[in-house]
Amino acid sequence: MSKVLELKNIEKTFYAGTVNENYVLKNLSLDLEEGDYVTVIGGNGAGKSTMLNIISGALMPDSGNVVIDGEDVTKLKEYQRAKYLGRVFQDPRMGTATHMSISENMAIANRRGSKRGLKWGLPKSEEAEYKELLSILDLGLENRLDTKMGLLSGGQRQAVTLLMATIQRPRLLLLDEHTAALDPKTAAKVLEITDRIVTQNRLTTVMITHNMRDAIKHGNRLVMLDAGRVILDIKGEEKQNLTVDQLLKKFEHLGGESTLSDRMLLG
Amino acid sequence: MINIILGAVSLGLLWAIMTTGVFLTYRVLDYADLSVEGSIVMGAAIVAKLITGGVNPIIATVCAFAGGLAAGVVTGLLNTKLKIPSLLAGILTMIALYSVNIRIMGKANITLLKSETVFTMVETIGLKGNTGVIIVAVVINAAIAAALYWFFGTELGCAVRATGDNRKMARAQGINTDTMKILALALSNGLVALSGALIAQDQSYADVSMGQGAIVIGLASVIIGEVIFYRGNFLNRLISVVLGAVVYRIIIALVIEMGMKPTDLKLFTAITVAICLALPTFQPQIKAKLAKILPQKKEVK
Repeated sequence: MSKVLELKNIEKTFYAGTVNENYVLKNLSLDLEEGDYVTVIGGNGAGKSTMLNIISGALMPDSGNVVIDGEDVTKLKEYQRAKYLGRVFQDPRMGTATHMSISENMAIANRRGSKRGLKWGLPKSEEAEYKELLSILDLGLENRLDTKMGLLSGGQRQAVTLLMATIQRPRLLLLDEHTAALDPKTAAKVLEITDRIVTQNRLTTVMITHNMRDAIKHGNRLVMLDAGRVILDIKGEEKQNLTVDQLLKKFEHLGGESTLSDRMLLG
Repeated sequence: MINIILGAVSLGLLWAIMTTGVFLTYRVLDYADLSVEGSIVMGAAIVAKLITGGVNPIIATVCAFAGGLAAGVVTGLLNTKLKIPSLLAGILTMIALYSVNIRIMGKANITLLKSETVFTMVETIGLKGNTGVIIVAVVINAAIAAALYWFFGTELGCAVRATGDNRKMARAQGINTDTMKILALALSNGLVALSGALIAQDQSYADVSMGQGAIVIGLASVIIGEVIFYRGNFLNRLISVVLGAVVYRIIIALVIEMGMKPTDLKLFTAITVAICLALPTFQPQIKAKLAKILPQKKEVK
């Protein structure tokens, strides 16, 4: 099994040297194997989003290395790493261009990783492919290719963002609490679509979630972060048989520093 | 009266090129770029210096465009590489250009009264006065609109639009947003300088202070165009911007005709733009008021 992602001794402090100094990631190391579908949980401030932002290059680590497919990408800028990564954000507005149409958005995503030149950016020949992909979502979007992204609901936008993140097969799919801003029913639907896309394309995936039940139900590996370190890493059969109660007991046993938020327990 | 309107239309069409430039930054890139106040003068300065030096007016006009491109690149580098906030980056370029423009001209203004310009060139084929200016300006505006429509349909153009729409999304899709910003700022300032070059040739002089308030005039024209004319696909938006610039000049010509002091124009323009920009804030209240009035109207019917 080859390693898709290696995080090596990542350190990150915000506002170093000021009263607001915040030591977020402490010597964090994590390896992802091909085909891993990891759900990441942890309380507020555990460093989940910071970790994802360091993988994507939106943030630079103070020290440590990010390695994708054996290539050290620590120094690569966010846009340069994009060829390896598919990303969906927490805010549904963040993943798509509001004033551009669905098909324009998909055409932009379809060129992730390739050079953008003076060829026509929205060839008619690609529309059939977009329609087919959109029809998988089962949201009726396949007949609304020219609709502006801003007119779609949050759930619809997240679903399209998922397609955009995976239209060019990424080496690693990063989902940053991508259902947290949606109502429960829509969230469930988007998670179901997520599972389908990840399984069909056998994508290596990191999904951050606030919700323990979702973390247990989805994926084949569960990682718990606390105070900037991995305190729990459950895979295989153990992950499949995991319950919320067991997870809570493990957390207490490990003496996690941060308190679990109500939202995380009840979700 | 016809002459006043024709004069306004011809001037409006020349300023429309500048307005298109402002549209590129303000609307497409979502970046309020103040360097245009300097680059419009830069275009005039370059063209005046070159023409009085005996250079062919068409070549001089192309050089003015290139000068504007360079000015835009400077603003872009200040913003993206030196991380200077966008408004301040524009102000720095604008201030710097004031000195640069005087250096280009060697003095504060140059007259072109006795020089050959692109407009005297078309006069020789029988297109005199406003008619000549209007025809030249329409051709240039049409060429620019067609070129921009094509460009913003290409992969690169789509990347610029995505950068203006959502920088985070653009980067996540592998777009170098810094390069796209610089590219759009260069294009925009190039057009603004081109506009300045043509205005100088039309008015037969270049003056270092002719750019004062240009950004507000540009914004006013963009907004007027959007409010009055159809706002649909990209080509329609480009056309509406050009028409907005023309309507702005007609309005100005009319208020001056009605007796407003020319020196009050900038105040008038600023107030117009402020009202237009404030409209979205008050839209809910206006809609609520209208909702109260409208059903009553129906009952009357």
